[in-house]
Amino acid sequence: MRYSGFRVIKEALTGHKGWKPVWRDPEPKAHYDIIVIGGGGHGLATAHYLSKVYGHRNVAVVEKGWIGGGNVGRNTTIVRSNYMLDGNEPFYEFSMKLWEGLEQDLNYNAMMSQRGILNLFHTDGQRDAYTRRGNAMILHGADAELLDADQVRKEHPYLNFDDARFPIKGGLAQRRGGTARHDAVAWGFARSADSHGVDIIQNCEVTGLRIENGKCLGVETSKGFIGANKVGCAVAGNSGRVMDMAGMRLPIESHVLQAFVSEGLKPVLPSVITYGAGHFYVSQSDKGGLVFGGDLDGYNTYAQRGNLPVVEDVCEGGVSLMPMIGRARLLRMWGGVMDMSMDGSPIIDRTPVKGLYFNGGWCYGGFKATPASGYCFAHLLAKDEPHSTATAYRFDRFRRGRMIDEKGVGNQPNLH
Amino acid sequence: MIINHPLLGPRDSSEFTYLGDATLINRPDWQAEDAAEAFYEYGYVRDNPAGKHQELWFHEAGDRSWLVVTRDTTTHEISKVELARDVARARGRSK
Repeated sequence: MRYSGFRVIKEALTGHKGWKPVWRDPEPKAHYDIIVIGGGGHGLATAHYLSKVYGHRNVAVVEKGWIGGGNVGRNTTIVRSNYMLDGNEPFYEFSMKLWEGLEQDLNYNAMMSQRGILNLFHTDGQRDAYTRRGNAMILHGADAELLDADQVRKEHPYLNFDDARFPIKGGLAQRRGGTARHDAVAWGFARSADSHGVDIIQNCEVTGLRIENGKCLGVETSKGFIGANKVGCAVAGNSGRVMDMAGMRLPIESHVLQAFVSEGLKPVLPSVITYGAGHFYVSQSDKGGLVFGGDLDGYNTYAQRGNLPVVEDVCEGGVSLMPMIGRARLLRMWGGVMDMSMDGSPIIDRTPVKGLYFNGGWCYGGFKATPASGYCFAHLLAKDEPHSTATAYRFDRFRRGRMIDEKGVGNQPNLH
Repeated sequence: MIINHPLLGPRDSSEFTYLGDATLINRPDWQAEDAAEAFYEYGYVRDNPAGKHQELWFHEAGDRSWLVVTRDTTTHEISKVELARDVARARGRSK
C-alpha cells in the first residue's frame, strides 16, 4: 500500500478502514540466503537495501524483542556528516545523502528535518580545529560554514555568550544536518524490506551460531535452528555477547550513554546545538521537548541505565550554555548500550568464520549512520567485498596501525 | 555506585576514573617471540563480558590509589574491591 496525500484523504472519508499492518509476522523458514541478526535501524536498513538495491529477496531479520526497541528507539535523533578523517567523512556524507532522499525511497514519513547543527567553539585553538574540520568536510563534498560570535548571536541570542571562562567565539554549522523521527526510520525500513519479501521475525532470540569446519551454517534461535548461506550480525551494543557465540573477542567495550527529554516547551531551539566547553548537546523535538545528552558514564556495562554523576554533569553543562532552560523540568531520562570501539570508529567487515559478517562498533554515532551502514553492510553481504565508502572499517586496522581516531585519544573506549 | 575502598571505606564512584579491564595489569613481555601479537591483544582486544567483570578504577579525587573492582556489568553490583597493588603482586608482578 503506497502512502500519499490522496490516500490520507480517501481513508479519512471512509472511516480509516483501509489501513493494514505494514509488515507481516511470518514464521521462520528452514533456510534463507541471508540472515541479519538484529532488527534495529542498521539491521532493517541492511534488509531494505539487500532486497531493493541488491535484489536478494530470500532474507530474514531475526530480532530478540520487537523491532526498533533497542538503540534506534533510544538515541537523540541527530543526523549530520561533520567528520574530518578520510576513512569516515565519505561514509557519513554518503549517509547524509541517503537521509535526504530517504522518505521518497521508503515512501514513509521519517520526519526528516534539516534544521542544521551548530558546534560551538570557545577558544582560538578550538576555532582552528573546527576550521580544519570544516575544510575537510567541504573537500569531501559536504557543507560547512564557520560562524563568528555575532553570526551565532543573531541566530541563537539566548546562549550564554559572555561567560567569563568559556565565552562563545563562534561555531561550525552544517546546515544540511538535523533530526529525524527515530522510530519512524526503523518502521519505514521494516515496511519497505517486508514489501520486498524480507521476513521480519520478532521475539526470536539468537542463542547460538552453528559453525562447522570454519563456516557459519545458520543461527540457533528460541524458535529453533534457521539455516543460512550468510549471516550478518548488526546488534551494536550487544556485539560482545553475540560474537562470543562465534568465539570472537572484539576491539570493543560496551558502555552506557544517557539521554534526557524535558517537558514540552514552545519552540525555542531552531537547530541542534553542541557545547564546546562541556558535555552537552541539545535539540528540540516536534512535540516541544528539549532532547539532550552528554558524555558516557565511562565504565563497562550492559545495563540500559546510568548513574547520577553524569546526570548532574549534563545538566550543569546545559544550564551554563543556555541559562534559560534552568527552570525546565526533566520529563524522562534513559540509557542505551553503546559498542565503544578502540578508535571511536565502526567496523563493517568479514570475520574469520566463513559466511559470518559483522557490523558494529558504532560508539554513540550509530543513528546518523543508519542508511549508509545498511547500504554498506548489504553491499558486503551481497558481493563479499566492502562498499567504496566503507573500505576503512576493517577489523585488522588495529593490528596494522590504521586506526580512524577522530578525537586522537588512542585505545581508550570511554574517551571517544 | 558506591565503591567500598579497602583503605578509606565507601566512596562515591564520581571520585574515581575508569581505565578498563583488569587484564591491563598483565603487560606482555616485550622481548618475547610473539610480542607484536601479544601487544595487539593487550592494547585492542577485550573480553567485554555481560556479567562479572574485573576492572581498574583510579581514585583520582581521593588517595590516588588504583583499585581492582569486581562488578557485574548487567546490574552494576560490586562484589569485591582490592588494591591493584595487591592483585598485581598476587599475579607475580612488581617484586
